[in-house]
Amino acid sequence: MTAATLPTNMPRTLSGSMQRDRRRALVWSYVFLIVFVIFFLTPPVYMLITSLKTSAEISAASTPWWVFAPTLANYAEILTSPAYLTFFRNSALVSLLVVSITMLVSIPAAFALSRMRFWGSATLATGVFLTYLIPDTLLFIPLFKIFAFLHDWTGIEFINHWWVLVIIYPTLTVPFCTWIMIGYFSSIPKELDEAALIDGASYLQLLTRIFIPVALPGIIAATIFAFTVSWAQFLYPMAFTTSTDQLVLPVGIVTTLIKGDVFNWGQIMTGALLGAAPPLIIYAFLMDYYIAGLTAGATKG
Amino acid sequence: MTDRTAPSSRVPIARRKNSLRLWWRRKSTIAFAMTLPLLLIVVALVLYPSLYAFYLATLNKSMERFVGLGNFAFLFKRETFWMVVRQSIVFALSAVIFKALIGLIVAHLVHNVPAKGQRKWRGMLLIPWVIPPAMSTLAWLWLFDPSYSAFNWLLERAGGSAVPWLGDPYWARFAVILVNVWFGAPFFMIMYLAALKSVPEQLYEAASIDGANAWQKLWFITLPMMHNIIAITVLFSLIVTFANFDIVRVLTNGGPVDQTHVFATWAFRIGIESNDIPLGACVSLFMFPILALAAIFILRDVNQRTTEG
Amino acid sequence: MAQVTLRGLTKVFDQTPVVRGIDLEIADEEFVVLVGPSGCGKSTTLRMIAGLEDITGGDILIDGERVNDVPPKDRNIAMVFQNYALYPHMTVFENMSFGLRLRKVPKPQIQARVEHAARILDIQELLQRKPKQLSGGQRQRVAMGRAIVRDPKVFLFDEPLSNLDAKLRVQMRTEIKRVHQKVRTTTVYVTHDQVEAMTLADRVVVMNAGSIEQVGAPNDLYHAPATRFVAGFIGSPAMNFLPCALEETAGALRVRLGAEISFGVPEERIQRYRPYVGRAALVFGLRPEHILERRAHLERQQQVFEVPLDVTEPMGMETLVHFLVDGVEVCGRVSPNAGAQGGQRMQLVADLDHMHLIDDTSGKVL
Repeated sequence: MTAATLPTNMPRTLSGSMQRDRRRALVWSYVFLIVFVIFFLTPPVYMLITSLKTSAEISAASTPWWVFAPTLANYAEILTSPAYLTFFRNSALVSLLVVSITMLVSIPAAFALSRMRFWGSATLATGVFLTYLIPDTLLFIPLFKIFAFLHDWTGIEFINHWWVLVIIYPTLTVPFCTWIMIGYFSSIPKELDEAALIDGASYLQLLTRIFIPVALPGIIAATIFAFTVSWAQFLYPMAFTTSTDQLVLPVGIVTTLIKGDVFNWGQIMTGALLGAAPPLIIYAFLMDYYIAGLTAGATKG
Repeated sequence: MTDRTAPSSRVPIARRKNSLRLWWRRKSTIAFAMTLPLLLIVVALVLYPSLYAFYLATLNKSMERFVGLGNFAFLFKRETFWMVVRQSIVFALSAVIFKALIGLIVAHLVHNVPAKGQRKWRGMLLIPWVIPPAMSTLAWLWLFDPSYSAFNWLLERAGGSAVPWLGDPYWARFAVILVNVWFGAPFFMIMYLAALKSVPEQLYEAASIDGANAWQKLWFITLPMMHNIIAITVLFSLIVTFANFDIVRVLTNGGPVDQTHVFATWAFRIGIESNDIPLGACVSLFMFPILALAAIFILRDVNQRTTEG
Repeated sequence: MAQVTLRGLTKVFDQTPVVRGIDLEIADEEFVVLVGPSGCGKSTTLRMIAGLEDITGGDILIDGERVNDVPPKDRNIAMVFQNYALYPHMTVFENMSFGLRLRKVPKPQIQARVEHAARILDIQELLQRKPKQLSGGQRQRVAMGRAIVRDPKVFLFDEPLSNLDAKLRVQMRTEIKRVHQKVRTTTVYVTHDQVEAMTLADRVVVMNAGSIEQVGAPNDLYHAPATRFVAGFIGSPAMNFLPCALEETAGALRVRLGAEISFGVPEERIQRYRPYVGRAALVFGLRPEHILERRAHLERQQQVFEVPLDVTEPMGMETLVHFLVDGVEVCGRVSPNAGAQGGQRMQLVADLDHMHLIDDTSGKVL
């Protein structure tokens, strides 16, 4: 392709054909982005629409995609329903406790594994990461039996109490949070440690006064991750809790609001939306930390 | 540390205490202590139960007798079991492929948009991942409702006919895969977007000058440079999708007629709902092969990284 | 034949003009260097020639054909980037042959061309290695090899030596010059280092704030700078600038630099400078190499003066002497044996044959 094949008297234009091509590509990008956004946002938007409908409007089936007589009755009913509030309370308690435990375990472990090179630390880190791969769907049955067995042995009722979840959930959160923290800690320059140690800090002080403040974004990201995982957990509570007052939100909504053959979809959608609210709110305000938590694992690993 | 192990009579107590304290202060001890809780959790609540699962699978239903591989033999004769195997594999493979593809495409779209606007697109597109899957699957359940499906409403308006989304086995499988793809694609998008941003712009400029068009740039530069992250995400996702419980349980509960059961939901049905723990454990163990495969790949990758870097 | 012509080339970023109407004719086989401080628009100009930036106004012609709307891959150019931009997942061979592979050049030809380029740059043993296994200098050679293999009409270099350490930079400079003598392709080279510009260029284009200050052969720019900017930019250590006054007494002009020092203007220049007598904002320019120690025999226009020295810097082959004239620091280059000592008075000579008189309001050299 030589320049000689070009026509010599092209009209003078300020924007070349390259710019036009690029603009066209941009327009198509937006078109497809809108298509995908519609795909991704249809369910939550639909949840919202349905939650504002009365049962009458739902069964009238005029149009599923719009509300003509919006009402907050569903919200009022759900938010005053003692069952639902119990679910919410249980979820909140479990999540907060699990987050605390996770942070208390992960941060020191990450610090030790990333900074204090000791015999086997590398294998340990990899090993922990590998165990993260073992899914809850493989563990729930043996754990069920183990807890039943512990009940016989100690007399403490584990099954069907929400606090058993506080024991189990850390298996889901601790390995990955440790991994995230290891990534963040590793990116802190060694000179910082050395300066602090020369200044007379012990390892604990190094951790609390230097690492934690500097790695705060990572800690926030890990906390958000732990909270979201705990809040959304479905399998373990399904298996381990059955009485209505012990259920957490996801299980509560799915099992109790769907009674028999009559589904009160207005309430179900309201319940689901409210159940999705805490992670969504956190996401709205702390989106960058949320995403950092996700990508930290793979890109730093 | 002979002071501690030597016969105590002659050694003054002050010195013994000192060396004990020294041992306590040693870096490796502190480090080990700091990782201990993590280790305990992992060993007691992950490793031990997984091994225990193997043992459980060898017991009979009332867990009194040892039946060896009897449970496995029983499963292999059941037609439902083979359906579950097929369904789990098809489900995992197709969902992951679509998730990766959509994630890659959407990541490219977002990357093309000028940087200032990217944030809000990214924000909107990640929402499916943020909503607890149990909740969002309820929304899909409602969208697929046999009588009131909003999709069917649109289809009928457009001149088509209503689809039995959850009633017909093939549509039900499609629905399960669709929901899974809907839920998981944003994750891939975010990962791939980060990877796309890490490819230096100058490489694309050099390729422009070398004569590459957009497709060639994708094939020769973008994809090879993203090769690592694509492998990691696909591997992770295979494991997670293969072990998926929430979506199938809420959407179809394995139906119609067990045609959408995957290992996780079937294990739950057998182990918890029908109270046959050993058989349930047996079913859930079939997730082990894929785990082992993934572990091999990861270890190989870690090995490669440490020998290279 | 590969001439490059820039006509009124303009680039505006977000309301800010970065390149303001540049005109330049580059002849076939010429090595032209665009030099100037950061932000002067030299890189932007280069990237517009490459097609990596859109042109806001003006034209670029390669071989007489207007290429404004032609994408980079069709302009038949090759570029060497500052950060090498080597494809990390490809071997050196694959890096160099990428452009040819895209154009479906038959394999034996690719092989021959890559080996030919590799021989010119002495990188034959590296062909199967990956970029991360190479040193900085080797990577730069591979980047050049990739450009050579394409056999383009124009080579474009974007500050290719900035990432190398000083010693390597000197080596690679000669390397680039040697390659140009062998391959003889029109080259446009961008750098902020005036030493590189002077040593490599057939012609130097000094740019400042989006415009060309002066174009010329290195020696011309050195001896006859057109503006104060060029005079101060070319040459190291930089030219000395002193505010001065021009006086006329009995038909002869004198340049007054302060209470104690004044020099007689050489006769040939009296006509030229006379109109500026008594003008304000005049600046006297003289390079350090034209301020020497006093020797027994004085050349034609060497005029003696004496000053207390401030600081001396022995460089081995010469000693730099720093002194103040009316509060302005001046630098001179004397022989290492001249006995220059900081804090002591010393007799120096200024070679007025090489003086420059500058009108500070316009920046032009008179």
